[in-house]
Amino acid sequence: MNTPVMLMLSDPVLYIGLGRGLLLTLQISVMSIALSFVFGTIIGSMRYSGLPVLSQIATTYIEFIRNLPTLLLILVSYFVLGLPAMWAATIGLTIYTSAIIAEIIRGGLNSVPEGQWEAARSQGFSFLQSMRYIVLPPSVVKMIPAIVSQFVTAIKDSSFAMAIGAYELMFKGTILAAKYWKPSQIITIYVVISMVYFVINFTISMIARRLQTKLSIGRGSIGS
Amino acid sequence: MTELIAGIGFLQEGPFAIPRWEALFSNIDVLWAGALVTLLVASLGLAMALALGTVIGVMSASHWRIPRAFARVYVEFYQNTPLLIQVFMLYNAIPLIYPGLFIPVIVIGVFGVGMYHGAYIAEVVRAGIQSIGRGQLEAALSQGFTYVGAMRFIIIPQAMRIVLPPLTNQAVNLIKNTSVIAIIAGGDLMYAGDSFAGRYGHYGPTYVVVGLLYFLMCFPLARLTRRLEDRMMAA
Repeated sequence: MNTPVMLMLSDPVLYIGLGRGLLLTLQISVMSIALSFVFGTIIGSMRYSGLPVLSQIATTYIEFIRNLPTLLLILVSYFVLGLPAMWAATIGLTIYTSAIIAEIIRGGLNSVPEGQWEAARSQGFSFLQSMRYIVLPPSVVKMIPAIVSQFVTAIKDSSFAMAIGAYELMFKGTILAAKYWKPSQIITIYVVISMVYFVINFTISMIARRLQTKLSIGRGSIGS
Repeated sequence: MTELIAGIGFLQEGPFAIPRWEALFSNIDVLWAGALVTLLVASLGLAMALALGTVIGVMSASHWRIPRAFARVYVEFYQNTPLLIQVFMLYNAIPLIYPGLFIPVIVIGVFGVGMYHGAYIAEVVRAGIQSIGRGQLEAALSQGFTYVGAMRFIIIPQAMRIVLPPLTNQAVNLIKNTSVIAIIAGGDLMYAGDSFAGRYGHYGPTYVVVGLLYFLMCFPLARLTRRLEDRMMAA
């Protein structure tokens, strides 16, 4: 039982290091997910609204940002904006994820045919009521899988923060791996980090799948 | 005139000062070389992702239990772990298992994005196949087609129309994700830009040009995605 891998795995230093890294990973990803959800909803609604200036600003933002690598946005936040590493990672990730969420939200709203709006308005529903009772319920069901998979992507991409020296899970793991020299030990560390990411992301994906099935029951639209 | 320019402080100093732009444009070849590497990794990676994604997607839509289970495990693993770790495993672990085996970073990049986006493309292909409906497959099989033949001549041609928009979208993501090889000194556009910027501190102009180059590579594909989506909605 005294193989190098077992010795390494019984050393609490490994778990303290990875635990700290995991905390920062969660901090960066949870914050940018929350911020992106807010900004993405605002920007997506701006584009969907079709209002002259607002929708053009939103369209430019979305089309520009979603064609840039997330890593570039993180590097810009760090080196050009001069933010501390953890904030640079959070802001860079938020700038990118907001653009994607905005597109998902606009696509979901667009999937509800114009006729449903007109029907709702003709029945005396206000704008907000039509949104709340007619347009949002079916479109939210359609948005959930895409939004959740974007959140999973945000958690994975928070590992790019390693490029600017933020001590998140990936970077912590790489530093710890450098302390060991046996191939089996180094590979084990990478496997352990992968498993941590996997457990978090797989759980989120499963919950989303469950939620979507639950919400879509009895919501078959005409013709589907 | 010079007084006027001198009066505008940010043109003389700061992250976007004119001398920084001049320095960048006299060394612009560095970025061209990086962009070529990015295009090379992206096109080879895309070829690999398409091949892998089609095979695994067909496997996960099949009714044979073992290939289907294998395909599920593959897709879930690659979709739920960061690309960066997968690239690091290839970069660090393979030389440990096979000492002396030297793999060029570009090859690691191709395998990294190819296998990662292969998982996403597999899901696109699976959804496309399943959208065609069992009846068509059963009809083809009853007419004497083999499973592979039915896929090749009946199911996949029809599914193509449905899968094309998400496929081009994956191609865009793949191009952007080739930038992770910058972290292992991949010589790509991001690496070229970052190391040039880091050497002299010309971050502002360098990142603007690097961003524009990525934008130029991705935007046409993103537009194509939109056009295909619209056409599908109209059909």
